Amino acid sequence: MKITRKVQAGTMQSSDLMVFLEPAEHLTVTIESTVLKQFGELIRAKVDEVLARHHVESGEVRITDRGALDYAIEARLETALLRAAEE
Amino acid sequence: MGDFKLRRSLLYVPGNMPSMLQNIPIFNCDAVIIDLEDAVPMSEKDAARHLVKHFLMNYTERNKELLVRINPLDSKWGYEDLKVVLPALPDGIRLPKADTPEIVERLDTLLTEFEEELDLEIGRFRVLPSLESALAIINAVGIANSSQRIFALAFGAEDYTASMEIERTKGGEELFNARTRVLWAAKAAGIQAIDTIFADVNDMEGLKAETELAKRLGYTGKCLVNPRQIEVVHDVFAPKKEEVDYALQVIEAIQRARALGTGVISLKGKMVDAPVVKRAARVLRTAYAHGMVDTLIDEEAIHGAQ
Repeated sequence: MKITRKVQAGTMQSSDLMVFLEPAEHLTVTIESTVLKQFGELIRAKVDEVLARHHVESGEVRITDRGALDYAIEARLETALLRAAEE
Repeated sequence: MGDFKLRRSLLYVPGNMPSMLQNIPIFNCDAVIIDLEDAVPMSEKDAARHLVKHFLMNYTERNKELLVRINPLDSKWGYEDLKVVLPALPDGIRLPKADTPEIVERLDTLLTEFEEELDLEIGRFRVLPSLESALAIINAVGIANSSQRIFALAFGAEDYTASMEIERTKGGEELFNARTRVLWAAKAAGIQAIDTIFADVNDMEGLKAETELAKRLGYTGKCLVNPRQIEVVHDVFAPKKEEVDYALQVIEAIQRARALGTGVISLKGKMVDAPVVKRAARVLRTAYAHGMVDTLIDEEAIHGAQ
Protein backbone atom coordinates (compact mmCIF):
# COMPACT_ATOMS: atom_id res chain seq x y z
CA MET A 1 0.00 0.00 0.00
CA LYS A 2 1.33 3.43 -0.92
CA ILE A 3 0.82 6.68 0.94
CA THR A 4 -0.07 9.00 -1.93
CA ARG A 5 -1.66 11.85 -0.03
CA LYS A 6 -1.78 13.58 3.32
CA VAL A 7 -4.51 12.19 5.57
CA GLN A 8 -5.48 11.66 9.17
CA ALA A 9 -7.69 9.21 11.07
CA GLY A 10 -8.88 8.75 14.63
CA THR A 11 -9.89 11.16 17.39
CA MET A 12 -8.36 12.81 20.45
CA GLN A 13 -10.77 11.07 22.86
CA SER A 14 -9.30 8.92 25.60
CA SER A 15 -8.62 5.31 24.58
CA ASP A 16 -8.24 6.53 21.00
CA LEU A 17 -5.42 7.88 18.87
CA MET A 18 -4.80 10.11 15.88
CA VAL A 19 -2.82 8.87 12.92
CA PHE A 20 -1.25 11.37 10.49
CA LEU A 21 0.21 10.14 7.21
CA GLU A 22 2.13 12.06 4.57
CA PRO A 23 3.95 10.99 1.44
CA ALA A 24 7.75 10.97 1.93
CA GLU A 25 10.79 9.35 0.38
CA HIS A 26 11.66 7.27 3.43
CA LEU A 27 9.60 5.61 6.09
CA THR A 28 9.62 7.45 9.43
CA VAL A 29 7.47 6.72 12.46
CA THR A 30 7.05 9.09 15.40
CA ILE A 31 4.91 8.33 18.41
CA GLU A 32 3.55 10.67 21.06
CA SER A 33 1.61 9.06 23.85
CA THR A 34 0.20 9.73 27.29
CA VAL A 35 1.61 6.32 28.22
CA LEU A 36 4.84 6.48 26.21
CA LYS A 37 7.08 5.39 29.06
CA GLN A 38 5.15 2.24 29.87
CA PHE A 39 3.86 1.25 26.44
CA GLY A 40 5.93 3.12 23.83
CA GLU A 41 7.67 0.00 22.63
CA LEU A 42 4.50 -2.02 22.36
CA ILE A 43 2.77 0.74 20.40
CA ARG A 44 5.75 0.95 18.07
CA ALA A 45 5.74 -2.82 17.59
CA LYS A 46 2.05 -2.77 16.70
CA VAL A 47 2.49 0.12 14.26
CA ASP A 48 5.45 -1.61 12.58
CA GLU A 49 3.47 -4.83 12.31
CA VAL A 50 0.50 -3.14 10.60
CA LEU A 51 2.77 -1.15 8.25
CA ALA A 52 4.64 -4.33 7.28
CA ARG A 53 1.42 -6.25 6.70
CA HIS A 54 0.26 -3.54 4.31
CA HIS A 55 3.68 -3.35 2.62
CA VAL A 56 4.17 0.31 3.43
CA GLU A 57 7.74 1.17 2.55
CA SER A 58 7.77 4.95 2.55
CA GLY A 59 5.95 7.86 4.14
CA GLU A 60 5.82 9.92 7.28
CA VAL A 61 3.76 8.26 10.01
CA ARG A 62 2.85 10.28 13.12
CA ILE A 63 0.86 8.82 15.98
CA THR A 64 -0.69 10.79 18.85
CA ASP A 65 -1.94 8.21 21.30
CA ARG A 66 -4.42 8.65 24.15
CA GLY A 67 -4.05 5.25 25.70
CA ALA A 68 -5.53 3.19 22.86
CA LEU A 69 -5.57 -0.59 22.96
CA ASP A 70 -4.04 -2.68 20.17
CA TYR A 71 -7.27 -3.19 18.24
CA ALA A 72 -7.84 0.58 18.05
CA ILE A 73 -4.26 1.26 16.91
CA GLU A 74 -4.69 -1.33 14.20
CA ALA A 75 -8.08 0.02 13.12
CA ARG A 76 -7.07 3.69 12.99
CA LEU A 77 -3.84 2.99 11.15
CA GLU A 78 -5.67 0.76 8.66
CA THR A 79 -8.29 3.47 8.08
CA ALA A 80 -5.57 6.10 7.55
CA LEU A 81 -3.73 3.84 5.09
CA LEU A 82 -6.90 3.21 3.10
CA ARG A 83 -7.58 6.95 3.01
CA ALA A 84 -4.00 7.72 1.98
CA ALA A 85 -4.12 5.21 -0.86
CA GLU A 86 -7.43 6.44 -2.32
CA GLU A 87 -7.30 8.00 -5.74
CA MET B 1 -38.29 -18.94 15.62
CA GLY B 2 -39.51 -20.62 18.77
CA ASP B 3 -36.26 -20.16 20.64
CA PHE B 4 -36.51 -18.39 23.96
CA LYS B 5 -33.73 -15.94 24.46
CA LEU B 6 -33.94 -13.17 26.98
CA ARG B 7 -33.68 -9.81 25.25
CA ARG B 8 -34.89 -7.28 27.79
CA SER B 9 -32.21 -4.68 27.18
CA LEU B 10 -30.51 -3.86 23.89
CA LEU B 11 -27.98 -1.10 24.48
CA TYR B 12 -26.80 1.16 21.67
CA VAL B 13 -23.05 1.76 21.63
CA PRO B 14 -21.55 4.31 19.19
CA GLY B 15 -19.33 2.54 16.68
CA ASN B 16 -16.60 5.16 16.50
CA MET B 17 -15.73 5.45 20.20
CA PRO B 18 -13.11 3.05 21.55
CA SER B 19 -13.81 4.10 25.14
CA MET B 20 -17.43 2.91 24.80
CA LEU B 21 -16.72 -0.19 22.71
CA GLN B 22 -14.21 -1.41 25.27
CA ASN B 23 -16.87 -1.34 27.97
CA ILE B 24 -19.17 -3.72 26.10
CA PRO B 25 -17.90 -6.79 27.98
CA ILE B 26 -18.79 -5.25 31.35
CA PHE B 27 -22.26 -3.88 30.55
CA ASN B 28 -24.89 -6.16 32.07
CA CYS B 29 -27.43 -5.76 29.27
CA ASP B 30 -28.71 -8.75 27.28
CA ALA B 31 -27.52 -7.40 23.94
CA VAL B 32 -25.65 -4.48 22.45
CA ILE B 33 -26.28 -2.77 19.15
CA ILE B 34 -23.06 -1.27 17.89
CA ASP B 35 -24.10 1.71 15.83
CA LEU B 36 -22.59 2.58 12.47
CA GLU B 37 -25.58 4.69 11.45
CA ASP B 38 -26.83 7.75 13.35
CA ALA B 39 -24.03 7.83 15.95
CA VAL B 40 -21.32 8.11 13.29
CA PRO B 41 -20.77 11.27 11.23
CA MET B 42 -20.61 10.84 7.46
CA SER B 43 -16.89 11.61 7.33
CA GLU B 44 -16.11 8.77 9.77
CA LYS B 45 -18.19 5.90 8.32
CA ASP B 46 -15.06 4.11 7.03
CA ALA B 47 -13.19 4.58 10.32
CA ALA B 48 -16.08 3.30 12.43
CA ARG B 49 -16.58 0.09 10.51
CA HIS B 50 -12.88 -0.78 10.74
CA LEU B 51 -12.82 0.04 14.44
CA VAL B 52 -15.84 -2.20 15.03
CA LYS B 53 -14.32 -5.00 12.97
CA HIS B 54 -11.09 -4.97 14.97
CA PHE B 55 -12.94 -4.65 18.25
CA LEU B 56 -15.13 -7.66 17.48
CA MET B 57 -12.19 -9.74 16.28
CA ASN B 58 -10.50 -9.16 19.62
CA TYR B 59 -13.63 -9.72 21.71
CA THR B 60 -13.49 -13.49 21.61
CA GLU B 61 -15.03 -14.33 24.97
CA ARG B 62 -18.44 -12.98 24.18
CA ASN B 63 -20.89 -12.67 27.03
CA LYS B 64 -23.87 -11.06 25.33
CA GLU B 65 -25.60 -10.90 21.99
CA LEU B 66 -23.86 -8.55 19.54
CA LEU B 67 -25.77 -6.76 16.83
CA VAL B 68 -24.44 -4.14 14.45
CA ARG B 69 -26.69 -1.39 13.14
CA ILE B 70 -25.50 -0.81 9.61
CA ASN B 71 -26.35 2.17 7.45
CA PRO B 72 -29.45 1.77 5.26
CA LEU B 73 -28.91 -0.55 2.30
CA ASP B 74 -29.82 2.20 -0.15
CA SER B 75 -27.10 4.47 1.25
CA LYS B 76 -23.57 4.29 -0.11
CA TRP B 77 -22.30 2.78 3.17
CA GLY B 78 -24.67 -0.11 3.91
CA TYR B 79 -23.04 -2.76 1.72
CA GLU B 80 -19.52 -1.76 2.74
CA ASP B 81 -20.55 -1.99 6.43
CA LEU B 82 -21.57 -5.62 5.90
CA LYS B 83 -18.45 -6.44 3.93
CA VAL B 84 -16.08 -5.13 6.59
CA VAL B 85 -17.95 -6.18 9.74
CA LEU B 86 -19.39 -9.63 8.94
CA PRO B 87 -16.01 -11.46 8.90
CA ALA B 88 -15.67 -10.39 12.56
CA LEU B 89 -18.82 -12.43 13.29
CA PRO B 90 -21.47 -10.30 14.97
CA ASP B 91 -24.60 -12.29 15.89
CA GLY B 92 -26.85 -10.20 13.74
CA ILE B 93 -27.64 -7.01 11.91
CA ARG B 94 -30.05 -4.31 12.95
CA LEU B 95 -31.48 -3.01 9.72
CA PRO B 96 -32.57 0.63 9.83
CA LYS B 97 -35.40 1.90 7.65
CA ALA B 98 -36.82 -1.57 7.04
CA ASP B 99 -39.80 -0.03 5.30
CA THR B 100 -40.81 -2.96 3.10
CA PRO B 101 -40.42 -6.76 3.04
CA GLU B 102 -38.31 -6.34 -0.11
CA ILE B 103 -35.63 -4.36 1.78
CA VAL B 104 -35.31 -7.15 4.35
CA GLU B 105 -35.23 -9.77 1.58
CA ARG B 106 -32.37 -7.89 -0.02
CA LEU B 107 -30.42 -7.97 3.24
CA ASP B 108 -31.23 -11.68 3.59
CA THR B 109 -29.78 -12.38 0.15
CA LEU B 110 -26.64 -10.38 0.90
CA LEU B 111 -26.16 -12.20 4.21
CA THR B 112 -26.49 -15.56 2.45
CA GLU B 113 -23.84 -14.51 -0.05
CA PHE B 114 -21.47 -13.47 2.72
CA GLU B 115 -22.13 -16.70 4.63
CA GLU B 116 -21.23 -18.70 1.55
CA GLU B 117 -18.10 -16.66 1.00
CA LEU B 118 -17.04 -16.95 4.65
CA ASP B 119 -17.93 -20.64 4.76
CA LEU B 120 -20.49 -20.18 7.53
CA GLU B 121 -23.77 -21.92 8.19
CA ILE B 122 -26.54 -20.31 6.11
CA GLY B 123 -28.81 -18.38 8.46
CA ARG B 124 -26.08 -17.71 11.02
CA PHE B 125 -26.48 -13.95 10.88
CA ARG B 126 -29.81 -12.92 12.39
CA VAL B 127 -31.79 -9.80 11.51
CA LEU B 128 -33.58 -7.23 13.64
CA PRO B 129 -35.54 -4.89 11.34
CA SER B 130 -36.33 -1.37 12.55
CA LEU B 131 -39.88 -0.31 11.86
CA GLU B 132 -39.52 3.44 11.99
CA SER B 133 -41.76 5.04 9.40
CA ALA B 134 -45.43 5.15 8.53
CA LEU B 135 -44.70 2.86 5.58
CA ALA B 136 -42.93 0.31 7.78
CA ILE B 137 -45.83 0.25 10.24
CA ILE B 138 -48.28 -0.41 7.40
CA ASN B 139 -46.00 -3.20 6.11
CA ALA B 140 -45.29 -4.68 9.55
CA VAL B 141 -46.94 -8.06 8.88
CA GLY B 142 -45.10 -8.60 5.62
CA ILE B 143 -41.80 -7.51 7.15
CA ALA B 144 -42.19 -9.90 10.11
CA ASN B 145 -42.51 -12.79 7.65
CA SER B 146 -39.93 -11.66 5.10
CA SER B 147 -36.96 -13.68 6.40
CA GLN B 148 -36.30 -16.68 8.63
CA ARG B 149 -33.43 -14.69 10.11
CA ILE B 150 -35.74 -12.26 11.91
CA PHE B 151 -35.93 -12.97 15.65
CA ALA B 152 -37.83 -9.81 16.61
CA LEU B 153 -39.30 -6.58 15.30
CA ALA B 154 -37.96 -3.32 16.70
CA PHE B 155 -40.11 -0.22 16.87
CA GLY B 156 -38.25 3.05 16.30
CA ALA B 157 -40.29 5.97 17.60
CA GLU B 158 -37.87 8.81 16.89
CA ASP B 159 -37.83 8.32 13.12
CA TYR B 160 -41.47 7.23 13.16
CA THR B 161 -42.64 10.52 14.69
CA ALA B 162 -40.43 12.37 12.20
CA SER B 163 -42.09 10.51 9.33
CA MET B 164 -45.48 11.40 10.79
CA GLU B 165 -44.45 15.05 11.19
CA ILE B 166 -45.43 14.98 14.86
CA GLU B 167 -43.68 15.51 18.19
CA ARG B 168 -42.87 12.57 20.44
CA THR B 169 -44.28 13.05 23.95
CA LYS B 170 -43.44 11.27 27.17
CA GLY B 171 -47.00 10.00 27.50
CA GLY B 172 -46.60 8.32 24.13
CA GLU B 173 -50.28 8.53 23.10
CA GLU B 174 -49.21 9.43 19.56
CA LEU B 175 -47.32 6.12 19.32
CA PHE B 176 -50.08 3.86 20.51
CA ASN B 177 -51.40 2.53 17.21
CA ALA B 178 -47.98 2.00 15.70
CA ARG B 179 -46.68 0.32 18.85
CA THR B 180 -49.61 -2.06 18.85
CA ARG B 181 -49.37 -2.87 15.16
CA VAL B 182 -45.69 -3.80 15.49
CA LEU B 183 -46.70 -6.09 18.35
CA TRP B 184 -49.46 -7.81 16.43
CA ALA B 185 -47.14 -8.46 13.52
CA ALA B 186 -44.43 -9.86 15.82
CA LYS B 187 -46.76 -12.03 17.87
CA ALA B 188 -48.54 -13.38 14.79
CA ALA B 189 -45.17 -14.35 13.34
CA GLY B 190 -44.07 -15.94 16.63
CA ILE B 191 -41.17 -13.56 17.20
CA GLN B 192 -40.22 -11.03 19.88
CA ALA B 193 -41.04 -7.33 19.93
CA ILE B 194 -38.51 -4.73 21.07
CA ASP B 195 -39.68 -1.28 22.10
CA THR B 196 -38.12 2.02 21.10
CA ILE B 197 -35.49 4.02 22.98
CA PHE B 198 -36.27 6.49 25.76
CA ALA B 199 -34.02 9.43 25.03
CA ASP B 200 -34.01 11.36 28.34
CA VAL B 201 -31.28 9.59 30.31
CA ASN B 202 -31.93 11.65 33.42
CA ASP B 203 -35.61 10.76 33.69
CA MET B 204 -35.61 7.30 35.28
CA GLU B 205 -39.26 7.58 36.32
CA GLY B 206 -40.27 8.33 32.74
CA LEU B 207 -38.19 5.40 31.51
CA LYS B 208 -39.82 3.12 34.06
CA ALA B 209 -43.34 4.23 33.12
CA GLU B 210 -42.69 3.78 29.41
CA THR B 211 -41.09 0.35 29.93
CA GLU B 212 -44.03 -0.74 32.09
CA LEU B 213 -46.44 0.31 29.35
CA ALA B 214 -44.42 -1.58 26.74
CA LYS B 215 -44.33 -4.70 28.91
CA ARG B 216 -48.06 -4.51 29.59
CA LEU B 217 -48.77 -4.32 25.87
CA GLY B 218 -46.60 -7.34 25.13
CA TYR B 219 -43.11 -6.08 24.33
CA THR B 220 -40.33 -8.36 25.54
CA GLY B 221 -37.49 -5.85 25.53
CA LYS B 222 -36.41 -2.28 25.00
CA CYS B 223 -33.59 -0.45 23.26
CA LEU B 224 -31.45 1.75 25.47
CA VAL B 225 -29.18 4.71 24.87
CA ASN B 226 -27.27 4.69 28.16
CA PRO B 227 -25.96 1.90 30.43
CA ARG B 228 -27.61 3.63 33.39
CA GLN B 229 -30.96 2.61 31.92
CA ILE B 230 -30.24 -1.13 32.06
CA GLU B 231 -31.18 -1.72 35.66
CA VAL B 232 -34.53 0.08 35.45
CA VAL B 233 -35.51 -1.93 32.39
CA HIS B 234 -34.44 -5.25 33.92
CA ASP B 235 -36.42 -4.47 37.05
CA VAL B 236 -39.55 -3.84 35.02
CA PHE B 237 -39.17 -7.00 32.95
CA ALA B 238 -38.33 -9.19 35.95
CA PRO B 239 -41.40 -11.16 37.01
CA LYS B 240 -42.74 -10.24 40.46
CA LYS B 241 -42.35 -12.87 43.16
CA GLU B 242 -46.13 -13.30 43.38
CA GLU B 243 -46.30 -13.89 39.63
CA VAL B 244 -43.64 -16.60 39.90
CA ASP B 245 -45.33 -18.27 42.86
CA TYR B 246 -48.65 -18.25 41.06
CA ALA B 247 -47.07 -19.65 37.88
CA LEU B 248 -45.55 -22.51 39.84
CA GLN B 249 -48.97 -23.26 41.33
CA VAL B 250 -50.53 -23.21 37.87
CA ILE B 251 -48.06 -25.79 36.57
CA GLU B 252 -48.63 -27.95 39.63
CA ALA B 253 -52.40 -27.67 39.19
CA ILE B 254 -52.37 -28.59 35.51
CA GLN B 255 -50.18 -31.60 36.23
CA ARG B 256 -52.71 -32.69 38.83
CA ALA B 257 -55.49 -32.15 36.29
CA ARG B 258 -53.73 -34.26 33.69
CA ALA B 259 -53.27 -37.05 36.23
CA LEU B 260 -57.06 -36.97 36.57
CA GLY B 261 -57.43 -37.13 32.81
CA THR B 262 -58.61 -33.57 32.23
CA GLY B 263 -57.07 -30.42 30.74
CA VAL B 264 -58.84 -27.93 32.95
CA ILE B 265 -58.87 -27.43 36.70
CA SER B 266 -59.73 -24.78 39.23
CA LEU B 267 -57.02 -23.00 41.22
CA LYS B 268 -58.19 -20.73 44.04
CA GLY B 269 -61.51 -20.38 42.30
CA LYS B 270 -60.01 -19.48 38.91
CA MET B 271 -60.00 -21.69 35.85
CA VAL B 272 -56.65 -23.03 34.70
CA ASP B 273 -56.43 -24.36 31.15
CA ALA B 274 -53.99 -24.34 28.23
CA PRO B 275 -53.62 -20.55 27.68
CA VAL B 276 -53.15 -19.94 31.41
CA VAL B 277 -50.47 -22.63 31.47
CA LYS B 278 -48.75 -21.06 28.48
CA ARG B 279 -48.60 -17.68 30.21
CA ALA B 280 -47.32 -19.31 33.40
CA ALA B 281 -44.61 -21.08 31.40
CA ARG B 282 -43.48 -17.78 29.96
CA VAL B 283 -43.26 -16.23 33.44
CA LEU B 284 -41.22 -19.22 34.63
CA ARG B 285 -38.81 -19.07 31.71
CA THR B 286 -38.20 -15.39 32.38
CA ALA B 287 -37.88 -16.12 36.10
CA TYR B 288 -35.30 -18.79 35.30
CA ALA B 289 -33.29 -16.28 33.29
CA HIS B 290 -33.40 -13.94 36.29
CA GLY B 291 -32.24 -16.74 38.59
CA MET B 292 -35.55 -16.72 40.49
CA VAL B 293 -36.26 -20.44 39.91
CA ASP B 294 -33.72 -23.26 39.72
CA THR B 295 -34.98 -25.31 36.83
CA LEU B 296 -36.03 -24.45 33.33
CA ILE B 297 -39.58 -25.60 32.65
CA ASP B 298 -39.79 -28.41 30.08
CA GLU B 299 -42.19 -28.78 27.18
CA GLU B 300 -43.96 -31.74 28.75
CA ALA B 301 -44.95 -29.69 31.78
CA ILE B 302 -46.48 -27.09 29.46
CA HIS B 303 -48.27 -29.30 26.97
CA GLY B 304 -48.53 -32.66 28.79
CA ALA B 305 -47.27 -35.99 27.43
CA GLN B 306 -48.54 -36.99 23.98
